[in-house]
Amino acid sequence: MSDPQQRTRNGPGVTRRDFLRGSGAVATAALTTPVPSLLHEAAAQKTEEVVGLGPKGVPIELSVDGAKIKNTIEPRITLLDALRDYMDTTACKRVCDRGTCGACTVLLDGKPVYSCSMLALEARGKEIKTAASLHGDGKLDPVPAAFVAADAQQCGFCTPGFVVSMRATLDKNPKATPAEVEAGLAGNICRCGTYEQMRHAIEALCKKGG
Amino acid sequence: MKEFTYYQPKSVDGAIGLLDAKWGKTELLGGGTDLLDLTKEYVAQPDKVISLTGIANFADIQVAPQTGKGSVVLIGAGARLAAIADHAHLQKIFPALTTAAGMIGGPQIRNMGTLGGNLCQRNRCWYFRDEHVHCLLKGGQKCFALDGENQYHAIFTQGHKCVIVSPSTLGPVLIALDATAEVQGPKGKRTLELAKFFFAPSGENEREHVLAPNEVVLSVKIPEKEGTRNASYEVRQKQSYDWPLVQAAVAFKADGGKATGVKIVLGHVAPTPLVVEAAAKEVEGKEVTDAVATAAGKAAAKDAKPLSQNGYKVKLVEVAVKRALLTAANPGKRQYWEV
Repeated sequence: MSDPQQRTRNGPGVTRRDFLRGSGAVATAALTTPVPSLLHEAAAQKTEEVVGLGPKGVPIELSVDGAKIKNTIEPRITLLDALRDYMDTTACKRVCDRGTCGACTVLLDGKPVYSCSMLALEARGKEIKTAASLHGDGKLDPVPAAFVAADAQQCGFCTPGFVVSMRATLDKNPKATPAEVEAGLAGNICRCGTYEQMRHAIEALCKKGG
Repeated sequence: MKEFTYYQPKSVDGAIGLLDAKWGKTELLGGGTDLLDLTKEYVAQPDKVISLTGIANFADIQVAPQTGKGSVVLIGAGARLAAIADHAHLQKIFPALTTAAGMIGGPQIRNMGTLGGNLCQRNRCWYFRDEHVHCLLKGGQKCFALDGENQYHAIFTQGHKCVIVSPSTLGPVLIALDATAEVQGPKGKRTLELAKFFFAPSGENEREHVLAPNEVVLSVKIPEKEGTRNASYEVRQKQSYDWPLVQAAVAFKADGGKATGVKIVLGHVAPTPLVVEAAAKEVEGKEVTDAVATAAGKAAAKDAKPLSQNGYKVKLVEVAVKRALLTAANPGKRQYWEV
């Protein structure tokens, strides 16, 4: 990993990119003018040849925590597995892998999403931020700092998901009340049950204004 | 997850051209929260996954004022649930819709899930979602919920071989609001009333909606009616990140204190959203008082035929209808059940 801006790792013996052609040749019906009209731009495009990606590995570049990372992955790989297994980004955790626990939460263009429930290919061109981004310039972000101060974790496996969800909630509304911050954490679960300490962290953060 | 080829067309025509005329080989990808669950469990095993996220304007929300009669709202099928829930104008005119959208899943699900996905998602029956159970909807001979674990299944079971509940929370609301969906297939576009959108499936070649396998939902159009009141109320086990046990969506016109054009639709109690006309009749032309709302709730629950473990949902229907009506009739009022 000499150059962090251009990290790559070879995938499991994948060298070929398949181009499958889909037949998008369907004539568009003449545009009636509904009020209001969505999609007129898309509909105006009469035919489109859609190039398929995969099922073998395809080259992909993702923007993760400020770095551009390239690799070759199969289209079925989720964003979570792409980050952890192909891009050496392990801040997001794989727990339920079914979009219910929140440990895999990352920020996609600033909004928290479950990286286990989206394809890596869907994240192309978007800014991905994991919990590792909350440690810029060697200075700990106030959210994880509050977790440390309140001892708001036990095993710590859910923590990377909680801190990014909390960061997003406070970024969206820096004046959020503790109840509003808690609502922003509705999609995250801590199985150790450290919620009480998290409440202390939230209270301290809300007093400081995020 | 089985391997597949991924497509991200830039146009709806491009997407439709890729779709198979039969269910199973191709799947549309909106937010992915449902499809990825299904593919990981091998319940869905598509050869092609067609993403709709590359289509321009697909996630737009447009409000077009109509001269003299409120506005028409058009929501693209790709609109995220969070965008619907947070839309200030929609919150004002369609609180039923924004409340329902804002309660689906958690923040992450709402940032991912789309309107089209909420309408077209597969059901949540645990037998259906178990890879190893060959139920009626997967080409099997039998619905295992009928005499199995059915505490979250349908209570309006008359005439149904498969007793799933419709998983859509926006569906009942949109039916109550008289919304229509614009749908496009290989032969062109068609407009479909939301009231005719849903379907009770009983085999592997059927889905929870009436769309053909090569049709795509483009948008949903909701007419704003003058003096409209609407609300959605859910009864659930958990405050957040839970599916409703019972949902009631109501809409009516407040006409000098009297409710007219009353629509009451139940969600999560039958294989499709259920329009309960008997309940609406209890309210039509009357002031929505506690007594009237209670009578409507009782009328809504009257025809329920629950299964072995879900009789408790019948009472919840009464409560949900009553509370939805009182919420709609008294916007902004803090109700006695609110903590």
